[in-house]
Amino acid sequence: MAYTEEELKKELETKEYEYGFYTDIESDTFPVGLNEDIVVAISKKKSEPKWMTDWRLEAFRHWQAMEEPEWANVTYAKPDFQAISYYSAPNSKPKYESLDEVDPELLDTFKKLGISLDEQKKLAGVAVDIVMDSVSVATTFKKTLAEKGIIFCSISEAIKEHPELVKKYIGSVVPQKDNFYAALNSAVFSDGSFCYIPKGVRCPMELSTYFRINQAGTGQFERTLVIADEGSYVSYLEGCTAPSRDENQLHAAVVELIALDDAEIKYSTVQNWFPGDKEGKGGVFNFVTKRGICEKNAKISWTQVETGSAVTWKYPSCILKGDNAIGEFYSIAVTNNYQQADTGTKMVHLGKNTRSTIISKGISAGKSQNSYRGLVQVNSRAENARNFSQCDSLLMGNACGAHTFPYIEVKNKTAQIEHEATTSKIGEDQIFYCNQRGIDTEKAIALIVNGFSKEVLNKLPMEFAVEAQKLLEISLEGSVG
Amino acid sequence: MLKINELHARVEEKDILKGINLEVNAGEVHAIMGPNGSGKSTLASVIAGKEEFEVTKGSVVLNGEDLEDAAPEERAHKGVFLSFQYPVEIPGVSVTNFMKTAINESRKARGLKDMPANEMLKLIREKSEMLEIDRRFLSRSLNEGFSGGEKKRNEIFQMAMLEPKLAILDETDSGLDIDALRIVANGVNKLRSKDNAIIVITHYQRLLEYIVPDFVHVLHNGKIVKSGGKELALELEEKGYDWIKNEAVV
Repeated sequence: MAYTEEELKKELETKEYEYGFYTDIESDTFPVGLNEDIVVAISKKKSEPKWMTDWRLEAFRHWQAMEEPEWANVTYAKPDFQAISYYSAPNSKPKYESLDEVDPELLDTFKKLGISLDEQKKLAGVAVDIVMDSVSVATTFKKTLAEKGIIFCSISEAIKEHPELVKKYIGSVVPQKDNFYAALNSAVFSDGSFCYIPKGVRCPMELSTYFRINQAGTGQFERTLVIADEGSYVSYLEGCTAPSRDENQLHAAVVELIALDDAEIKYSTVQNWFPGDKEGKGGVFNFVTKRGICEKNAKISWTQVETGSAVTWKYPSCILKGDNAIGEFYSIAVTNNYQQADTGTKMVHLGKNTRSTIISKGISAGKSQNSYRGLVQVNSRAENARNFSQCDSLLMGNACGAHTFPYIEVKNKTAQIEHEATTSKIGEDQIFYCNQRGIDTEKAIALIVNGFSKEVLNKLPMEFAVEAQKLLEISLEGSVG
Repeated sequence: MLKINELHARVEEKDILKGINLEVNAGEVHAIMGPNGSGKSTLASVIAGKEEFEVTKGSVVLNGEDLEDAAPEERAHKGVFLSFQYPVEIPGVSVTNFMKTAINESRKARGLKDMPANEMLKLIREKSEMLEIDRRFLSRSLNEGFSGGEKKRNEIFQMAMLEPKLAILDETDSGLDIDALRIVANGVNKLRSKDNAIIVITHYQRLLEYIVPDFVHVLHNGKIVKSGGKELALELEEKGYDWIKNEAVV
């Protein structure tokens, strides 16, 4: 039968989480709660040098004096930070020489996610540094990368092996006291990825990390640091899925990108944390701080596809410090059921002739709320700065909301700022047109949504774009057939 | 092929079709003419299964099968095609991608695998050449920024790609200049065969000079009030719809 809008809405609301499974792997988990002892214990557990421990403690002290931000257009029960365990690592800790040595159950989990390492190895040269419950368990393609002088490893390893780089850059873009969640992350970050591309080197493959939360009640605090030295290039992919869970899980990551003169970093994310069930129960709280700094002639491009999480609070930003620097932000944010997303970007123009582009596509269904929040700031010294922003919203049904909060602060009159915004609804006539051509309603919605998101999907690396497209379909399709 | 029996349909509590009887056989072209508001487009929508129209009485039978419970996409899979009077825009979805999806969905319904890419390309090339469609056109977003003529040509291109058993052309001539009309009509004529049937819905006789029908039916006030051969269209053109209206009253 054909669908009325009412039925369509119902269907969208009944979509269950596809990757709702949980792997039972023995973990080494800390007691709940947070104090200086826990911070020190985390640092000790990871055999970190003293400067790192001190850095964490400094962050912790800042955090204690800070308040959780309330300005975002989201409502949720604030997490009890003393009820969270701050460290969890899979028990079988030693690094593996080959995949055969990896816990088969863990491999099975990866297979369910469709990211079997075997496949990954064969696929278009993707090196994967997998973060599973905070500790990297497998790293591939390290050798090829090492030949070019590229460092791609876990941040814990980098702290030990490349302290001079970590010490110089960690917190240089997102300082410890930047915001409540960044401070928390700085104090307790468990692991994450580190990447350094030497001068003039073009990274020959897409670097890729998959994050997952797997231990019940464990907060996930990832720390990522990407440094592209002068004239280098790297494309970095980050993708996440998380198992179905009843209680809320906190995720507060920090990502720092440093693009030195003439360097380019492309950072792509596909995020699919558990969004909660159709009643809005459970789901991940995703409070992420992502920021990059561009020196002279450098370029940073953020591309994100956000389909998961119960609450998303995320603003991948660019500080265009050097002259002629370029910042880009391409985003698709999908919310369904009771999901809430407040996401966008900040483009801070400091250098002359700096340019930024913002393309944001928000798709809301069910009873969800989807907000774009963006700041374009042009400093007094930033001659001839340019920005183009486009924010499009697509609504499904009558119970969801789309909001746009664009902030523009210009202190130099040579600046050129353009902002375009549209809001549209999937029309019954569009659905019927597709139906008449033999395309059922579910597929029709996927087609329309993919068309709407095309400008952003096109910015993703090929293999990621296919995955992202699937994810969009999964996130919005009903349970037809 | 198509048998419509005593069909009554309403929309928003308003009766539009009040007892339509029509039989269309394979290989035939039927023209349905009538003044504005006579129910022509409603008839097309009801055959295609548009939900907002409620069938209160009668039936639509396609190849012996009552379509009452068939969803619009199921009707499409059974070979019903509607060329829309006002084709909708779907931004970001190319004509090619849309056709690929439509063809593969119909194949899936028949238990077939997706059409291999090379076969799809061949089909696209063949049909676009037949209809003199520039292939650059096919990479544009569906109907977005298309001229009236392009939209209608695109409908006929889709018809060619999907090879329906029963094609209903709803006011395909509206908004077309004479050149565009000729191109579209030529396309339709190339698609005529002994295995398919076409229903041409039009207000004017003009289109029927190019797509010559076997039968002409005049719809008035939700009923077919007169049927005849192609000469009926000419008679209508000459005497106007008032002739029919008056006759219906008598």
